[in-house]
Amino acid sequence: MWPFLHKLASPRYFYDISGKFIPWLGGLTVITLLAGLYFGLVEAPPDYQQGESYRIMFIHVPSAWMSMFIYVLMALWSGINLIWNIKLADVMTVSSATLGASFTLLALVTGSLWGKPMWGAWWVWDARLTSELILLFLYLGYIALVSAIEDRRTAARAGGVLILVGVVNIPIIHYSVEWWNTLHQGPTVTKFDKPSIHVSMLIPLLIMAVGFNLYYLTVVLMRARVEVLDRERRSAWVRELFARQE
Amino acid sequence: MLQSFNALLKRDLLLAFRHRGELANPLLFFLMIVTLFPLGVSPEAVVLRKIAPGVIWIAALLAALFSLENLFRSDFEDGALEQMLLSPQPLSILVLAKVLAHWLVSGLPMLLLAPLLGLLLAMPESAIAALELTLAIGTPLLSLIGAIGVALTVGLRRGGVLLTLLIMPLYIPVLIFATNAVTAAAAGMPIAGQIYFLASLLVLALTLAPLAIAAALRISVS
Repeated sequence: MWPFLHKLASPRYFYDISGKFIPWLGGLTVITLLAGLYFGLVEAPPDYQQGESYRIMFIHVPSAWMSMFIYVLMALWSGINLIWNIKLADVMTVSSATLGASFTLLALVTGSLWGKPMWGAWWVWDARLTSELILLFLYLGYIALVSAIEDRRTAARAGGVLILVGVVNIPIIHYSVEWWNTLHQGPTVTKFDKPSIHVSMLIPLLIMAVGFNLYYLTVVLMRARVEVLDRERRSAWVRELFARQE
Repeated sequence: MLQSFNALLKRDLLLAFRHRGELANPLLFFLMIVTLFPLGVSPEAVVLRKIAPGVIWIAALLAALFSLENLFRSDFEDGALEQMLLSPQPLSILVLAKVLAHWLVSGLPMLLLAPLLGLLLAMPESAIAALELTLAIGTPLLSLIGAIGVALTVGLRRGGVLLTLLIMPLYIPVLIFATNAVTAAAAGMPIAGQIYFLASLLVLALTLAPLAIAAALRISVS
Protein backbone atom coordinates (compact mmCIF):
# COMPACT_ATOMS: atom_id res chain seq x y z
CA MET A 1 0.00 0.00 0.00
CA TRP A 2 2.62 2.57 1.09
CA PRO A 3 5.02 2.00 -1.82
CA PHE A 4 2.08 2.44 -4.18
CA LEU A 5 1.04 5.68 -2.51
CA HIS A 6 4.59 6.99 -2.64
CA LYS A 7 4.76 6.16 -6.29
CA LEU A 8 1.40 7.80 -6.91
CA ALA A 9 2.58 10.98 -5.23
CA SER A 10 5.22 11.50 -7.88
CA PRO A 11 3.81 13.88 -10.49
CA ARG A 12 5.03 11.89 -13.43
CA TYR A 13 3.50 8.60 -12.34
CA PHE A 14 0.29 10.39 -11.42
CA TYR A 15 0.15 11.96 -14.87
CA ASP A 16 0.49 8.59 -16.56
CA ILE A 17 -1.93 6.62 -14.44
CA SER A 18 -4.63 9.29 -14.29
CA GLY A 19 -4.47 9.52 -18.09
CA LYS A 20 -5.40 5.85 -18.23
CA PHE A 21 -8.27 6.21 -15.77
CA ILE A 22 -9.94 9.32 -17.16
CA PRO A 23 -11.64 7.80 -20.25
CA TRP A 24 -13.14 4.99 -18.15
CA LEU A 25 -14.28 7.37 -15.44
CA GLY A 26 -15.74 9.72 -18.04
CA GLY A 27 -17.69 6.87 -19.66
CA LEU A 28 -19.00 5.69 -16.32
CA THR A 29 -20.02 9.26 -15.45
CA VAL A 30 -22.08 9.62 -18.62
CA ILE A 31 -23.78 6.24 -18.12
CA THR A 32 -24.59 6.89 -14.46
CA LEU A 33 -25.88 10.40 -15.02
CA LEU A 34 -28.05 9.28 -17.95
CA ALA A 35 -29.43 6.39 -15.92
CA GLY A 36 -30.06 8.65 -12.93
CA LEU A 37 -31.83 11.23 -15.09
CA TYR A 38 -33.95 8.57 -16.77
CA PHE A 39 -35.07 7.04 -13.49
CA GLY A 40 -35.49 10.43 -11.88
CA LEU A 41 -37.36 12.23 -14.66
CA VAL A 42 -39.29 9.37 -16.26
CA GLU A 43 -39.64 6.38 -13.95
CA ALA A 44 -40.09 8.03 -10.55
CA PRO A 45 -43.73 8.88 -9.76
CA PRO A 46 -44.77 12.52 -9.23
CA ASP A 47 -44.87 13.62 -5.61
CA TYR A 48 -48.31 13.68 -4.01
CA GLN A 49 -47.63 17.11 -2.52
CA GLN A 50 -45.24 18.85 -4.87
CA GLY A 51 -46.25 17.29 -8.18
CA GLU A 52 -43.55 17.31 -10.81
CA SER A 53 -41.51 20.19 -9.46
CA TYR A 54 -39.81 18.05 -6.82
CA ARG A 55 -37.74 16.48 -9.61
CA ILE A 56 -35.21 19.30 -9.37
CA MET A 57 -34.18 17.50 -6.20
CA PHE A 58 -32.23 15.02 -8.32
CA ILE A 59 -29.83 17.83 -9.23
CA HIS A 60 -30.17 19.96 -6.13
CA VAL A 61 -29.51 17.42 -3.39
CA PRO A 62 -26.44 15.74 -4.95
CA SER A 63 -24.84 19.10 -5.70
CA ALA A 64 -25.42 20.25 -2.11
CA TRP A 65 -23.82 17.01 -0.89
CA MET A 66 -20.89 17.49 -3.24
CA SER A 67 -20.37 21.10 -2.14
CA MET A 68 -19.74 19.98 1.43
CA PHE A 69 -17.91 16.78 0.55
CA ILE A 70 -15.40 18.62 -1.65
CA TYR A 71 -14.64 21.14 1.08
CA VAL A 72 -13.87 18.33 3.51
CA LEU A 73 -11.71 16.62 0.89
CA MET A 74 -9.83 19.87 0.31
CA ALA A 75 -9.23 20.17 4.05
CA LEU A 76 -7.87 16.61 4.13
CA TRP A 77 -5.52 17.29 1.24
CA SER A 78 -4.39 20.59 2.72
CA GLY A 79 -3.61 18.79 5.96
CA ILE A 80 -1.61 16.14 4.07
CA ASN A 81 0.24 18.85 2.19
CA LEU A 82 1.06 20.89 5.29
CA ILE A 83 2.15 17.88 7.33
CA TRP A 84 4.01 15.71 4.81
CA ASN A 85 4.70 18.32 2.16
CA ILE A 86 3.32 16.25 -0.70
CA LYS A 87 3.03 18.30 -3.86
CA LEU A 88 0.28 16.23 -5.38
CA ALA A 89 -2.01 16.92 -2.41
CA ASP A 90 -1.94 20.63 -3.05
CA VAL A 91 -2.45 20.08 -6.77
CA MET A 92 -5.65 18.24 -5.87
CA THR A 93 -6.78 21.01 -3.48
CA VAL A 94 -6.25 23.76 -6.02
CA SER A 95 -7.96 21.75 -8.76
CA SER A 96 -10.97 21.01 -6.56
CA ALA A 97 -11.73 24.58 -5.50
CA THR A 98 -13.49 25.76 -8.65
CA LEU A 99 -15.48 22.53 -8.84
CA GLY A 100 -16.58 22.88 -5.24
CA ALA A 101 -17.61 26.48 -5.81
CA SER A 102 -19.56 25.45 -8.94
CA PHE A 103 -21.43 22.72 -7.08
CA THR A 104 -22.27 25.21 -4.32
CA LEU A 105 -23.55 27.71 -6.86
CA LEU A 106 -25.54 24.96 -8.59
CA ALA A 107 -27.10 23.96 -5.27
CA LEU A 108 -28.03 27.58 -4.56
CA VAL A 109 -29.50 28.21 -8.01
CA THR A 110 -31.50 24.98 -8.12
CA GLY A 111 -32.62 25.61 -4.55
CA SER A 112 -33.83 29.03 -5.56
CA LEU A 113 -35.65 27.63 -8.60
CA TRP A 114 -37.25 25.00 -6.39
CA GLY A 115 -38.10 27.56 -3.72
CA LYS A 116 -40.15 29.74 -6.06
CA PRO A 117 -43.02 27.29 -6.61
CA MET A 118 -42.74 25.75 -3.13
CA TRP A 119 -42.23 28.75 -0.84
CA GLY A 120 -43.42 31.47 -3.19
CA ALA A 121 -40.11 33.30 -3.04
CA TRP A 122 -36.80 33.02 -4.85
CA TRP A 123 -34.87 33.37 -1.65
CA VAL A 124 -35.72 32.89 1.99
CA TRP A 125 -33.24 33.24 4.84
CA ASP A 126 -33.57 29.61 5.73
CA ALA A 127 -30.73 28.18 7.81
CA ARG A 128 -29.59 25.70 5.18
CA LEU A 129 -29.71 28.22 2.35
CA THR A 130 -27.76 30.72 4.40
CA SER A 131 -25.07 28.21 5.38
CA GLU A 132 -24.75 27.18 1.76
CA LEU A 133 -24.31 30.82 0.75
CA ILE A 134 -21.59 31.24 3.39
CA LEU A 135 -19.92 28.08 2.08
CA LEU A 136 -19.84 29.72 -1.35
CA PHE A 137 -18.13 32.76 0.23
CA LEU A 138 -15.54 30.48 1.81
CA TYR A 139 -14.80 28.85 -1.55
CA LEU A 140 -14.57 32.22 -3.29
CA GLY A 141 -12.27 33.56 -0.57
CA TYR A 142 -10.00 30.55 -1.06
CA ILE A 143 -9.94 31.02 -4.83
CA ALA A 144 -9.25 34.75 -4.44
CA LEU A 145 -6.36 34.09 -2.05
CA VAL A 146 -4.77 31.40 -4.20
CA SER A 147 -5.00 33.48 -7.36
CA ALA A 148 -3.56 36.55 -5.60
CA ILE A 149 -0.32 34.83 -4.56
CA GLU A 150 2.05 34.45 -7.45
CA ASP A 151 4.25 31.59 -6.29
CA ARG A 152 2.21 28.41 -6.63
CA ARG A 153 3.68 26.49 -3.73
CA THR A 154 3.18 29.43 -1.39
CA ALA A 155 -0.32 29.97 -2.72
CA ALA A 156 -1.24 26.35 -2.11
CA ARG A 157 0.18 26.33 1.41
CA ALA A 158 -1.50 29.62 2.35
CA GLY A 159 -4.76 28.36 0.88
CA GLY A 160 -4.34 25.19 2.92
CA VAL A 161 -4.20 27.16 6.16
CA LEU A 162 -7.33 29.06 5.12
CA ILE A 163 -9.17 25.84 4.30
CA LEU A 164 -8.25 24.30 7.64
CA VAL A 165 -9.39 27.41 9.50
CA GLY A 166 -12.59 27.23 7.46
CA VAL A 167 -13.22 23.60 8.26
CA VAL A 168 -13.00 24.31 12.00
CA ASN A 169 -15.45 27.16 11.48
CA ILE A 170 -17.98 25.43 9.24
CA PRO A 171 -19.77 23.54 12.05
CA ILE A 172 -19.76 26.69 14.20
CA ILE A 173 -21.15 28.77 11.35
CA HIS A 174 -23.71 26.10 10.50
CA TYR A 175 -25.07 25.76 14.01
CA SER A 176 -25.01 29.47 14.74
CA VAL A 177 -26.97 30.12 11.55
CA GLU A 178 -29.45 27.43 12.49
CA TRP A 179 -29.82 28.92 15.94
CA TRP A 180 -30.19 32.42 14.50
CA ASN A 181 -32.87 31.11 12.19
CA THR A 182 -34.96 29.51 14.91
CA LEU A 183 -35.04 32.81 16.77
CA HIS A 184 -35.61 35.04 13.75
CA GLN A 185 -38.02 32.60 12.13
CA GLY A 186 -39.74 34.57 9.39
CA PRO A 187 -43.53 34.37 9.17
CA THR A 188 -43.68 33.09 5.59
CA VAL A 189 -41.18 30.27 5.82
CA THR A 190 -43.07 27.07 5.49
CA LYS A 191 -40.41 24.52 6.12
CA PHE A 192 -41.82 21.37 4.70
CA ASP A 193 -41.16 18.44 7.00
CA LYS A 194 -38.73 15.99 5.65
CA PRO A 195 -41.01 13.18 4.58
CA SER A 196 -39.39 9.77 4.61
CA ILE A 197 -38.47 9.45 0.99
CA HIS A 198 -39.96 6.63 -1.07
CA VAL A 199 -37.68 4.01 -2.60
CA SER A 200 -38.71 4.93 -6.15
CA MET A 201 -37.33 8.40 -5.53
CA LEU A 202 -34.41 7.37 -3.36
CA ILE A 203 -32.83 5.08 -5.97
CA PRO A 204 -32.54 7.74 -8.71
CA LEU A 205 -31.27 10.18 -6.10
CA LEU A 206 -28.50 7.80 -5.06
CA ILE A 207 -27.63 7.06 -8.69
CA MET A 208 -27.35 10.78 -9.33
CA ALA A 209 -25.14 11.18 -6.24
CA VAL A 210 -22.80 8.47 -7.53
CA GLY A 211 -22.84 10.16 -10.94
CA PHE A 212 -21.93 13.51 -9.44
CA ASN A 213 -19.05 11.92 -7.54
CA LEU A 214 -17.79 10.27 -10.71
CA TYR A 215 -18.10 13.56 -12.58
CA TYR A 216 -16.09 15.30 -9.88
CA LEU A 217 -13.43 12.59 -9.95
CA THR A 218 -13.12 12.76 -13.73
CA VAL A 219 -12.91 16.53 -13.94
CA VAL A 220 -10.63 16.93 -10.94
CA LEU A 221 -8.18 14.43 -12.43
CA MET A 222 -8.26 16.28 -15.75
CA ARG A 223 -7.62 19.60 -14.02
CA ALA A 224 -4.91 18.11 -11.83
CA ARG A 225 -3.14 16.73 -14.92
CA VAL A 226 -3.02 20.17 -16.48
CA GLU A 227 -1.84 21.68 -13.20
CA VAL A 228 0.91 19.04 -12.91
CA LEU A 229 2.07 19.71 -16.46
CA ASP A 230 2.11 23.44 -15.85
CA ARG A 231 4.09 23.15 -12.63
CA GLU A 232 6.55 20.64 -14.01
CA ARG A 233 6.96 22.34 -17.36
CA ARG A 234 10.69 22.77 -16.84
CA SER A 235 11.32 19.16 -15.87
CA ALA A 236 12.81 16.64 -18.25
CA TRP A 237 9.86 14.28 -18.46
CA VAL A 238 7.39 16.99 -19.50
CA ARG A 239 9.73 18.21 -22.21
CA GLU A 240 10.21 14.67 -23.40
CA LEU A 241 6.44 14.20 -23.49
CA PHE A 242 5.93 17.23 -25.67
CA ALA A 243 8.92 16.45 -27.86
CA ARG A 244 7.40 13.04 -28.54
CA GLN A 245 4.07 14.57 -29.54
CA GLU A 246 5.57 17.05 -31.97
CA MET B 1 8.87 33.22 27.08
CA LEU B 2 6.81 35.56 29.23
CA GLN B 3 9.64 38.07 29.02
CA SER B 4 9.61 38.12 25.23
CA PHE B 5 5.81 38.38 25.31
CA ASN B 6 6.04 41.44 27.55
CA ALA B 7 8.84 43.01 25.56
CA LEU B 8 6.93 42.70 22.30
CA LEU B 9 3.73 43.96 23.88
CA LYS B 10 5.55 47.00 25.26
CA ARG B 11 7.24 47.68 21.94
CA ASP B 12 3.98 47.52 19.98
CA LEU B 13 2.16 49.76 22.43
CA LEU B 14 5.01 52.27 22.33
CA LEU B 15 4.98 52.23 18.53
CA ALA B 16 1.22 52.81 18.56
CA PHE B 17 1.47 55.78 20.91
CA ARG B 18 4.23 57.33 18.84
CA HIS B 19 1.75 57.48 15.95
CA ARG B 20 -1.02 59.03 17.95
CA GLY B 21 -2.83 60.41 14.92
CA GLU B 22 -3.44 56.94 13.54
CA LEU B 23 -4.86 55.71 16.81
CA ALA B 24 -8.07 57.67 16.37
CA ASN B 25 -8.74 56.53 12.79
CA PRO B 26 -10.56 53.25 13.47
CA LEU B 27 -12.64 55.01 16.12
CA LEU B 28 -13.67 57.75 13.72
CA PHE B 29 -14.48 55.09 11.16
CA PHE B 30 -16.64 53.29 13.74
CA LEU B 31 -18.45 56.52 14.62
CA MET B 32 -19.01 57.58 11.00
CA ILE B 33 -20.47 54.29 9.84
CA VAL B 34 -22.97 54.36 12.70
CA THR B 35 -23.85 57.98 11.86
CA LEU B 36 -24.69 57.02 8.28
CA PHE B 37 -27.52 54.72 9.34
CA PRO B 38 -29.95 57.26 10.79
CA LEU B 39 -29.27 59.39 7.70
CA GLY B 40 -29.72 56.47 5.31
CA VAL B 41 -32.52 54.50 6.96
CA SER B 42 -34.63 56.68 9.21
CA PRO B 43 -34.10 58.93 12.25
CA GLU B 44 -37.16 57.49 14.03
CA ALA B 45 -36.29 56.08 17.44
CA VAL B 46 -38.40 52.95 16.93
CA VAL B 47 -36.57 51.97 13.77
CA LEU B 48 -33.15 52.89 15.19
CA ARG B 49 -33.73 50.88 18.34
CA LYS B 50 -34.54 47.87 16.23
CA ILE B 51 -31.49 48.01 14.00
CA ALA B 52 -29.02 49.40 16.58
CA PRO B 53 -27.36 46.12 17.71
CA GLY B 54 -26.73 45.04 14.14
CA VAL B 55 -25.52 48.46 13.03
CA ILE B 56 -23.07 48.90 15.90
CA TRP B 57 -21.76 45.38 15.56
CA ILE B 58 -21.31 45.56 11.80
CA ALA B 59 -19.50 48.89 12.23
CA ALA B 60 -17.27 47.27 14.86
CA LEU B 61 -16.56 44.37 12.48
CA LEU B 62 -15.51 46.70 9.69
CA ALA B 63 -13.47 48.94 11.98
CA ALA B 64 -11.66 45.90 13.37
CA LEU B 65 -10.92 44.64 9.85
CA PHE B 66 -9.54 47.92 8.59
CA SER B 67 -7.40 48.54 11.63
CA LEU B 68 -6.06 44.97 11.44
CA GLU B 69 -4.81 45.45 7.90
CA ASN B 70 -1.54 46.97 9.11
CA LEU B 71 -0.96 44.56 11.98
CA PHE B 72 2.11 42.94 10.43
CA ARG B 73 2.74 45.41 7.60
CA SER B 74 5.48 47.62 9.06
CA ASP B 75 7.21 44.67 10.72
CA PHE B 76 7.15 42.88 7.39
CA GLU B 77 8.62 45.84 5.55
CA ASP B 78 11.45 46.61 7.96
CA GLY B 79 12.38 42.99 8.55
CA ALA B 80 11.34 42.78 12.19
CA LEU B 81 8.90 40.04 11.29
CA GLU B 82 11.68 37.87 9.92
CA GLN B 83 13.59 38.32 13.16
CA MET B 84 10.51 37.14 15.03
CA LEU B 85 10.28 34.08 12.82
CA LEU B 86 13.95 33.31 13.46
CA SER B 87 13.82 33.88 17.20
CA PRO B 88 13.96 30.83 19.48
CA GLN B 89 10.75 31.91 21.24
CA PRO B 90 7.57 30.18 20.07
CA LEU B 91 6.09 32.29 17.30
CA SER B 92 2.51 31.71 18.45
CA ILE B 93 3.27 33.45 21.77
CA LEU B 94 4.86 36.39 19.96
CA VAL B 95 1.90 36.85 17.63
CA LEU B 96 -0.42 36.64 20.60
CA ALA B 97 1.44 39.63 22.08
CA LYS B 98 1.02 41.55 18.84
CA VAL B 99 -2.69 40.75 18.66
CA LEU B 100 -3.15 41.78 22.28
CA ALA B 101 -1.36 45.08 21.65
CA HIS B 102 -3.57 45.66 18.63
CA TRP B 103 -6.69 44.97 20.63
CA LEU B 104 -5.59 47.34 23.41
CA VAL B 105 -5.18 50.23 20.98
CA SER B 106 -8.15 49.55 18.68
CA GLY B 107 -10.64 47.20 20.37
CA LEU B 108 -10.63 48.74 23.82
CA PRO B 109 -11.32 52.34 22.63
CA MET B 110 -14.27 51.01 20.63
CA LEU B 111 -15.59 49.54 23.83
CA LEU B 112 -15.44 52.99 25.41
CA LEU B 113 -17.14 54.68 22.50
CA ALA B 114 -19.93 52.11 22.09
CA PRO B 115 -22.27 53.37 24.91
CA LEU B 116 -22.31 56.76 23.25
CA LEU B 117 -23.28 55.21 19.95
CA GLY B 118 -25.94 53.21 21.75
CA LEU B 119 -27.44 56.46 23.01
CA LEU B 120 -27.29 57.97 19.53
CA LEU B 121 -29.31 55.02 18.25
CA ALA B 122 -31.85 55.26 21.08
CA MET B 123 -30.92 51.95 22.70
CA PRO B 124 -32.37 51.19 26.17
CA GLU B 125 -29.87 51.02 29.03
CA SER B 126 -30.13 47.28 29.57
CA ALA B 127 -29.24 46.75 25.93
CA ILE B 128 -26.23 49.07 26.24
CA ALA B 129 -24.90 47.00 29.13
CA ALA B 130 -25.31 43.85 27.03
CA LEU B 131 -23.65 45.60 24.09
CA GLU B 132 -20.63 46.39 26.25
CA LEU B 133 -20.41 42.82 27.46
CA THR B 134 -20.62 41.36 23.95
CA LEU B 135 -18.06 43.85 22.64
CA ALA B 136 -15.72 43.05 25.54
CA ILE B 137 -15.79 39.35 24.61
CA GLY B 138 -16.29 39.80 20.89
CA THR B 139 -13.65 42.34 19.84
CA PRO B 140 -10.67 40.22 20.99
CA LEU B 141 -12.27 37.41 19.01
CA LEU B 142 -12.41 39.67 15.94
CA SER B 143 -8.74 40.57 16.37
CA LEU B 144 -7.68 36.91 16.73
CA ILE B 145 -9.66 35.63 13.73
CA GLY B 146 -8.75 38.63 11.61
CA ALA B 147 -5.04 38.24 12.34
CA ILE B 148 -5.10 34.86 10.55
CA GLY B 149 -6.27 36.59 7.38
CA VAL B 150 -3.72 39.37 7.81
CA ALA B 151 -0.94 36.83 8.22
CA LEU B 152 -2.03 35.09 5.01
CA THR B 153 -2.08 38.31 2.98
CA VAL B 154 0.89 40.15 4.49
CA GLY B 155 3.18 39.52 1.53
CA LEU B 156 0.66 40.85 -1.00
CA ARG B 157 0.60 44.40 -2.28
CA ARG B 158 -3.16 44.81 -2.46
CA GLY B 159 -4.31 42.68 0.42
CA GLY B 160 -7.08 44.97 1.66
CA VAL B 161 -10.17 43.80 -0.19
CA LEU B 162 -8.90 40.23 -0.23
CA LEU B 163 -8.59 40.31 3.55
CA THR B 164 -12.24 41.30 3.81
CA LEU B 165 -13.27 38.42 1.54
CA LEU B 166 -11.32 35.89 3.58
CA ILE B 167 -12.37 37.02 7.01
CA MET B 168 -16.00 38.17 6.73
CA PRO B 169 -17.50 34.67 6.56
CA LEU B 170 -15.54 33.67 9.65
CA TYR B 171 -16.98 36.62 11.57
CA ILE B 172 -20.58 35.51 11.04
CA PRO B 173 -20.99 33.42 14.23
CA VAL B 174 -19.65 36.27 16.37
CA LEU B 175 -22.07 38.68 14.72
CA ILE B 176 -25.01 36.34 15.19
CA PHE B 177 -24.47 35.63 18.88
CA ALA B 178 -23.50 39.18 19.82
CA THR B 179 -26.40 40.95 18.12
CA ASN B 180 -28.75 38.30 19.39
CA ALA B 181 -27.64 38.85 22.96
CA VAL B 182 -28.16 42.61 22.64
CA THR B 183 -31.60 42.21 21.09
CA ALA B 184 -32.58 39.74 23.79
CA ALA B 185 -31.34 42.08 26.52
CA ALA B 186 -33.40 44.93 25.05
CA ALA B 187 -36.47 42.70 25.27
CA GLY B 188 -35.65 41.84 28.88
CA MET B 189 -34.72 38.24 28.20
CA PRO B 190 -31.75 36.37 29.73
CA ILE B 191 -28.59 36.44 27.65
CA ALA B 192 -26.39 33.99 29.55
CA GLY B 193 -26.55 31.40 26.75
CA GLN B 194 -25.27 33.74 24.06
CA ILE B 195 -22.55 35.12 26.35
CA TYR B 196 -21.35 31.62 27.22
CA PHE B 197 -21.23 30.76 23.56
CA LEU B 198 -19.21 33.87 22.72
CA ALA B 199 -16.87 33.15 25.62
CA SER B 200 -16.31 29.58 24.46
CA LEU B 201 -15.59 30.86 20.95
CA LEU B 202 -13.04 33.21 22.49
CA VAL B 203 -11.36 30.34 24.34
CA LEU B 204 -11.28 28.31 21.14
CA ALA B 205 -9.79 31.22 19.21
CA LEU B 206 -7.24 31.95 21.94
CA THR B 207 -5.95 28.40 21.76
CA LEU B 208 -6.09 27.73 18.02
CA ALA B 209 -5.74 31.11 16.29
CA PRO B 210 -2.14 31.84 17.41
CA LEU B 211 -1.05 28.52 15.90
CA ALA B 212 -2.82 29.30 12.63
CA ILE B 213 -1.40 32.84 12.57
CA ALA B 214 2.12 31.52 13.17
CA ALA B 215 1.75 28.90 10.42
CA ALA B 216 0.37 31.49 8.02
CA LEU B 217 3.21 33.92 8.75
CA ARG B 218 5.82 31.24 8.12
CA ILE B 219 4.22 30.54 4.76
CA SER B 220 3.81 34.16 3.65
CA VAL B 221 7.25 35.35 4.71
CA SER B 222 9.33 32.43 3.48
